[in-house]
Amino acid sequence: MNQNTATLEPIKDGYNFAYLDEQTKRMIRRALLKAVAIPGYQVPFGGREMPMPYGWGTGGVQLTAAVIGESDTLKVIDQGADDTTNAVSIRSFFKQLTGVKTTESTSAASIIQTRHRIPETPLQADQILVYQVPIPEPLRFIEPSEVETRKMHALKDYGVMHVKLYEDIAHFGYIATTYAYPVRVNDRFIMDPSPIPKFDNPKMHQMRALQLFGAGREKRIYAVPPYTNVSSLDFEDHPFEIQAWEESCAICGSKDSFLDEVIIDDQGTRNFLCSDTDYCQQQVAKQAEKEEQAAEGEQDDN
Amino acid sequence: MYVAVKGGESAIQNAHKLLDKTRRGDLTFPELSVAQVQKQLPLAVSRVMTEGSVYDPELAALAIKQSAGDLVEAIFLLRAYRTTLSRFYSSEPIDTTTMQVARRISATFKDLPGGQLLGPTFDYTHRLLDFTLLADGRTPEELANITSQDNSESESESIPRVLEMLEKEALMVAEEDEQKTPADITQDPPSYPCNRSARLQALARGDEGFLLALGYSTQRGYGRNHPFAGEIRTGDVTVSLLPEELGFSIDIGTIEVTECEMINGFSKLEDGDIKFTRGYGLAFGMNERKTLSMALIDRALQAEKYGEERVSPAQQEEFILSHCDNVEAAGFVSHLKLPHYVDFQSELELLRRLRAERTTPDAASGDQS
Repeated sequence: MNQNTATLEPIKDGYNFAYLDEQTKRMIRRALLKAVAIPGYQVPFGGREMPMPYGWGTGGVQLTAAVIGESDTLKVIDQGADDTTNAVSIRSFFKQLTGVKTTESTSAASIIQTRHRIPETPLQADQILVYQVPIPEPLRFIEPSEVETRKMHALKDYGVMHVKLYEDIAHFGYIATTYAYPVRVNDRFIMDPSPIPKFDNPKMHQMRALQLFGAGREKRIYAVPPYTNVSSLDFEDHPFEIQAWEESCAICGSKDSFLDEVIIDDQGTRNFLCSDTDYCQQQVAKQAEKEEQAAEGEQDDN
Repeated sequence: MYVAVKGGESAIQNAHKLLDKTRRGDLTFPELSVAQVQKQLPLAVSRVMTEGSVYDPELAALAIKQSAGDLVEAIFLLRAYRTTLSRFYSSEPIDTTTMQVARRISATFKDLPGGQLLGPTFDYTHRLLDFTLLADGRTPEELANITSQDNSESESESIPRVLEMLEKEALMVAEEDEQKTPADITQDPPSYPCNRSARLQALARGDEGFLLALGYSTQRGYGRNHPFAGEIRTGDVTVSLLPEELGFSIDIGTIEVTECEMINGFSKLEDGDIKFTRGYGLAFGMNERKTLSMALIDRALQAEKYGEERVSPAQQEEFILSHCDNVEAAGFVSHLKLPHYVDFQSELELLRRLRAERTTPDAASGDQS
């Protein structure tokens, strides 16, 4: 993202820098500009086949390939973790094809490609968060036809979405959507935040980093520019709430991060762990520091 | 205890090594060569080239070998390679009328100009396992002496088209060249409703099995269109380019294609005339099942044009075109194998909360039903 040069030197024999040819990157960047200009609007783009299957992050990979430059530092997470198999696979793909630095640290990355999570550490103004999106259309499960949903967006005809949420309340007493919870962007478009837990929704609001969304199979790009209003849909008497845990992380003891449940024996004994592995390590490091300081303090007392 | 989540990188590498080993199979048998796949599994190669959307028998054979015979995987491999290739030119439209036919049949006329030529076909074989192939099959000498009996006809310059003959009699709606650059769904995302060129391109790349099932459904009454196989031909056609700086076209080679032109039930046209309608199918190599299915669906998707009510799956353009690509479909279905810890955790948390609330206040009434 820091380069203006037209073509970057290829790193891997027989393939372009970041896989895509420059024409394709230009096409994607044009779509990105439009997406940033109309926050939350789904821009169709000529999505290409990528060497990983559709549904495995091809949209995010194309966006990253279109914006990455030699001086970038890339972090890839899946379910919040850097070491889940698909994150490992995508990271090594970009390592091979761009030679850029990679990192597991949220604050050290200039581009973060993610599937299903927003990092717990707040992002900064010079960072780009790239989401992998399976179904970009928030209205898809209410109206299967693309012809119809595009019309609904154009006319701001979002009544059905509220009816759906109301029906949940009537059936269950709650809005029964726990992930991919629809948001309204910049007071205009209803947008699918990708299947992140609704726990992460508030992080999108007025985020300092640029948020890009890529849906490869569905061939759509959308974006939320920095400092944009993002509100989760709700009702006055049923305000939006995020998940909370009674437990805390078994490793770092965090009480305020998203926790994954791990079953550790066949008796159903469970443990809870931070889904964001980088955040978890930071917390552990902080505690170690504190303990050290405390120990030093004690020594001083003696 | 935390081990399960860790160790992705080395696990992936080991899995890939195991895959290489499994593909190679029992080492006491000689390795299958790409040339053997290319020359001895021509129908698999045809399918992979068609749905992989690039005419290259050698690379298609390589993909089949690499995918251990999983054709949908092979198609994916070829597509992912194709997308990195530069485009130099668009070729001139191929002219299938001048095809050097290896096979040409019509189910609508007993005899016709150019004749019926069966060629190599499974049709009329009895589907009995040929145990001689367990040994060596026919001897090379025997095979070398087999030729197409009907050389005289196929050497003629061009074989007239059945549907064109009906067009001349004004019994068949005519195909017209719109004189527009055809759509390219690999460069521009499809938008619905789309034009016929985009539709035919999507169908040509579409999954054979999916198209077969939908085509079949039209025959069973879901969007019936009274089809007759007007003409099916397979053979070599010349591909030529027209470089602007030259001003004349040059032939760059030949490709083998299969074409199916379907004659469908007659319909009253906008101008009040009554004519037969038509569907079209084309595929690389020998690929008859695919082209027949494609032609059935092409016709079913013209429902609007002939004022037919669109009530059946095979008549729904957006439904068919957005689901017929097996690279897209296989990818998205298989992504279910990826971790979904976070989403599942969110659902788990909600369900537990809902159930907890149910059982605490009015447990007696709630649980007994």
